[in-house]
Amino acid sequence: MEDLKTKQKNVISDETIEYVGILAKLELSDEEKERAKRDMGEMLDYIDKLNELDTDGVEPMSHVFPVNNVFREDVVTNGDGSEATLANAPERKDQGFKVPKTIG
Amino acid sequence: MDLMSLTAVELGSRIKAGEVTAEEAAQAALDAIEKKEKAVNSFVTVDREGALRRAAEVQKKINDGTLTGPLAGVPVAIKDNMCTEGLLTTCSSKILYNFVPTYTAEAVRRLEQAGAVILGKTNMDEFAMGSTTETSAFGETKNPWNTEHVPGGSSGGSCAAVAAEECSYALGSDTGGSIRQPSSFCGVTGLKPTYGTVSRYGLIAYGSSLDQIGPIAKDVTDCATILEVIASHDAKDSTSVLRDDYQFTGALVDDVAGMRIGVPRDYFGEGLDPEVREAVLHVAEELKKKGAAVEEFDLSLVEYAIPAYYVIACAEASSNLARFDGVKYGYRTGEYEELHGMYKKSRSEGFGAEAKRRIMLGSFVLSSGYYDAYYLKALRTKALIKRAFDKAFASYDVILGPAAPTTAPRLGESLADPIKMYLGDIYTIAVNLAGLPGISLPCGKDKNGLPIGVQLIGDCFQEKKIIRAAYAFERTRSYEHSPMAM
Repeated sequence: MEDLKTKQKNVISDETIEYVGILAKLELSDEEKERAKRDMGEMLDYIDKLNELDTDGVEPMSHVFPVNNVFREDVVTNGDGSEATLANAPERKDQGFKVPKTIG
Repeated sequence: MDLMSLTAVELGSRIKAGEVTAEEAAQAALDAIEKKEKAVNSFVTVDREGALRRAAEVQKKINDGTLTGPLAGVPVAIKDNMCTEGLLTTCSSKILYNFVPTYTAEAVRRLEQAGAVILGKTNMDEFAMGSTTETSAFGETKNPWNTEHVPGGSSGGSCAAVAAEECSYALGSDTGGSIRQPSSFCGVTGLKPTYGTVSRYGLIAYGSSLDQIGPIAKDVTDCATILEVIASHDAKDSTSVLRDDYQFTGALVDDVAGMRIGVPRDYFGEGLDPEVREAVLHVAEELKKKGAAVEEFDLSLVEYAIPAYYVIACAEASSNLARFDGVKYGYRTGEYEELHGMYKKSRSEGFGAEAKRRIMLGSFVLSSGYYDAYYLKALRTKALIKRAFDKAFASYDVILGPAAPTTAPRLGESLADPIKMYLGDIYTIAVNLAGLPGISLPCGKDKNGLPIGVQLIGDCFQEKKIIRAAYAFERTRSYEHSPMAM
């Protein structure tokens, strides 16, 4: 009985966690992967509750109010903030952000 | 006289009358912080020098008549997910441990323009993801009513700072209840405005379609006054809404005669603590005595709000938090080889467990093959929830219910079972999905002396109705200071 109660309906495979990790740009330790598989399965079991609802013909609502594109003239209103911005760089070189080599 | 025991508006009027200076007020707040921070840990950053410098500037402007508003010279604390130029802004995350913004959030800028003196930045759940302020990378905040308990979250630092009287008022943000639930746990008043009322410019995004900034203070008058200052139509936030009326303080009238108040039966079912239930129903009784028409009704769909919320909020979070990659600001891992490795390692070391859990879930529900089944299904559910509220507001001016099913849990009891923790947001989350305004204010205490909050929900743009009802109830009891306030 206990087994049935705790049994997850959504079983997340190693491949899925691997794939989601790539999408999310996260590198999980083995322990974190196991935890993530269990957590995600439990959450999806819970989220599956939404399937009880008949939503046929209901338009997906991304915004509560009508949202329109807001246009304005592309005019610079602030000054040169490059020094303050670069001050936050983990690594900088001259007037740029330093990153590992991306092209061979 | 203890300046910190005053409401923001009371302190502001004393400053205006010349009885107190802005410097004295700032000093009183900084002294309180000095004395209490060790026990409460409401702040991530305290800007002592900046606050005193600013207080002197503000006082000059008060003296020469340039600053005349009700909040001029009053010290405020800002949740650490709002950008403040030149002042560390961490979102309580290791990944932003050293981030110093180059600009100020619009809501904060408006406060500054009104003469606010910023004391510092308050602790929160990492990226506002949590209900206890325990997911902060900088240690948990404690509840000023009992430091063995959580303050709630995610704006736990802001609410605790107000309750402990380390500041006169604070700003918080609310994505699924993050202003209202900790306000309830800390015995203070917090208001989440209609979506689009306060600019999100400079608010570090979690769930962009749900996030709203709002005031946290000792009473309804303060909240209405602060909201009047921070609300604006802002071209820098494309979801900002131009409203007809920004005069929220006009609703501070002790009159609910004829007001139609709906009490949803589905907010008083299983899982609700009997003491919370009793205290909240007492509010309905008081409003009835004052002439409101109170009626029970079935709101419906209540149990679907949480699963829909977690799909939508996590999907948006996975996209919003993609920007933290160790390139332009924040944490970068020590050792790495190529670019993608650097991204992955920086993010994995920089984000805490709850942030990672939500980014993973969000990436999954947006991934090809699952997008329709999860993400679109959640958006359709959101549409149904909005309809249920529309139907309710055709009959009622205000919906009255609890802010949370229980009072504040003990520290360390919540994070082990995320779903159980998420269920604690059952009465607040649907309000964000439907973009509605909601206010939580104290209405009693449980047998352990922990505060209980009542929530009043209004239709979109009907802040004035909930302010009026909240104000009328508030007149029936006096503000209770937390033990930490003494």
